[in-house]
Amino acid sequence: MNRGLSRRDLLAGTGAALGAALMGGTAARTALGAAAGAGSPLWGMAVDVARCASVAGCRRCIDACHAAHRVPTIAEARHEVKWVWKEPFARVFPEQIHTYEAEAQKQMPVLVLCNHCKNSPCTRVCPTGATWRRSDGVVAMDEHRCIGCRYCMAACPYGARSFNWEKPRPGNSDGNTSNYPARTAGVVEKCNLCVERLDAGQVPLCVAICRSAGPAALTFGNLEDANSPLRQLLATRRVLRRRPALGTEPRVFYLV
Amino acid sequence: MPETTRHPTVSWILQGLLFVLVVLGCVAYGVQVRNGLGVTGLSREMPWGLYISQFTFLVGIGASAVTVLLPYYVHRQKTFARALVLGEVVAVIALCQALLFIMVDLGKPGRLLNILLYPAPSSLMFWDCLTLGGYLTLSAVGLAAVLFARGGSPARWVRGLALATIPWAIGIHVVTALLYAGLAARPAWMTAVLAPRFLATAFASGPALLILLAAVLARRKVFDVGREAIDRLSTIMTYAAMVSLLLALLEAFTALYSGIPAAGEHLEYLFLGLEGHAGLVAFTYGGWLLLLLALVVLLVPSLRRRRGLAHAATAAVLLSVLAEKGLCLVTSGFVPSPLGYVRDYRPSLIELGIVIGIYAGGALVFFGACRWLLTPSESAIHALNPSPTTAREPGMARVAQMEN
Repeated sequence: MNRGLSRRDLLAGTGAALGAALMGGTAARTALGAAAGAGSPLWGMAVDVARCASVAGCRRCIDACHAAHRVPTIAEARHEVKWVWKEPFARVFPEQIHTYEAEAQKQMPVLVLCNHCKNSPCTRVCPTGATWRRSDGVVAMDEHRCIGCRYCMAACPYGARSFNWEKPRPGNSDGNTSNYPARTAGVVEKCNLCVERLDAGQVPLCVAICRSAGPAALTFGNLEDANSPLRQLLATRRVLRRRPALGTEPRVFYLV
Repeated sequence: MPETTRHPTVSWILQGLLFVLVVLGCVAYGVQVRNGLGVTGLSREMPWGLYISQFTFLVGIGASAVTVLLPYYVHRQKTFARALVLGEVVAVIALCQALLFIMVDLGKPGRLLNILLYPAPSSLMFWDCLTLGGYLTLSAVGLAAVLFARGGSPARWVRGLALATIPWAIGIHVVTALLYAGLAARPAWMTAVLAPRFLATAFASGPALLILLAAVLARRKVFDVGREAIDRLSTIMTYAAMVSLLLALLEAFTALYSGIPAAGEHLEYLFLGLEGHAGLVAFTYGGWLLLLLALVVLLVPSLRRRRGLAHAATAAVLLSVLAEKGLCLVTSGFVPSPLGYVRDYRPSLIELGIVIGIYAGGALVFFGACRWLLTPSESAIHALNPSPTTAREPGMARVAQMEN
């Protein structure tokens, strides 16, 4: 039986989320309620590349996300599990780089995470429906149903998915008080755009953390709402998306 | 044929050795189940390796039963009766091994049935499971119907079943190719030529394996497939190998002449190495060299007629396909990674132990099949081919005259 993510853990997690939604979550709900606007939302995110890079070595959103979701810290690079992390600009946008590009520009760290694509290749290839697109655009993942075939990793053009090559414990549980259930060895995981927070009326944790004390480089919002701050940014700023030629239609936008 | 006596002890020692390898493979799998797939050489940059490669190679061996089904059931070449039985036995064993390789590759093997419980028609893996399961069932039933006819001629429905099996055989390998060929993230595989290439290498490697097995069985006086069928299998193998060479060159042309970096980076990695990583270069050159040498031997009559040399060339064809499909094709598809990283793949001892264990298991089952299926079924096989000289097409008779 799957010991890392027991039914009890799951129920406890759901209960906590429900509790937050019903009682204590009024303020947070208002925040997301305003973001959601009218009608069913379609979530998206914008990363202000320069702003994000302006705080050298900042890992606030990464550390917060990985702690909250019990993402294990693994020493061996080839077995790493990552939901959100930074890569050099030249690796994230290779098609934007030219011969005379300044080295500093090539090396500029860029935040990467699951793009929650409109045409997600990972959900297309999953043989069990363990990963699927929600109506709000989130590419979700059910680590209970995942058989660990890693077809989604072969299909993702962004390297956004991680397999649990090793047992994730104790790398994710020492001193961790998060309610989010741990995974087991043998399943794939990735950024879930904080569905547990979205469903409780809160913005994703990385966005909240970045806005609370960081450079406020992340903007989250409803893509269907033309008046949302996100849409305002997308309409006024120069925007890049990762590998647009593949037709995946990422919903994570990079402001340059 | 040189007169050799059967050495039962040699056979038993070999089977004992295979059994030990199977046990070691089981132990290695136990270690993998206990600790996770991290005990393999796989990584986040290279999520598939030897297991999925062997799966691909063995599906090809399974599909190559077409090369005995077509001559016997469609072209009514009765001399293919024994090759047919041997080919079907090998195909069924190869497919079971292919399924085992899928099992050992899964992070959660206990959840395998989720593929059927939550069917996802948009996934090629779902269709692969359906076609493989269907083809395995059809082949096993067809084989059993022939072998257990016990002297009587096989029932009429057996031929209908066999004819129905042929498109399934093509289907399993095409679907396996499509599993790779539709991924925008992996330009190395995203080519319409992949499925035809898979079929070509299958129809080269399958007959090669049959020819080599038949040679051993004949020498050991276990089962004689017959000269005529072997010669034709050899011809099929030679042409299939040439077609596969042509398709590989066509693919390389499109990838390299277009000049699109992503289209050719995997070839650079295979032949030259990329960013100082050259893990597959030796296998790439080794595989192609074997294939080219084999083709020289197989195409020059004076060389081909030397039995030993012809067998060496046949083994070279098999090894070259194993190097390509069984290693290079799958792993080079992950180089470079979507974020531009290059990581060489070094299978771990645990991983190699599991691979060798599954192959040893297949060989052991084949030993059993020889003992309990092929040898006792002489009468049934005789019913498939009552007279060695019957049912020759007029055209073939003319060719036979030309040969004399």
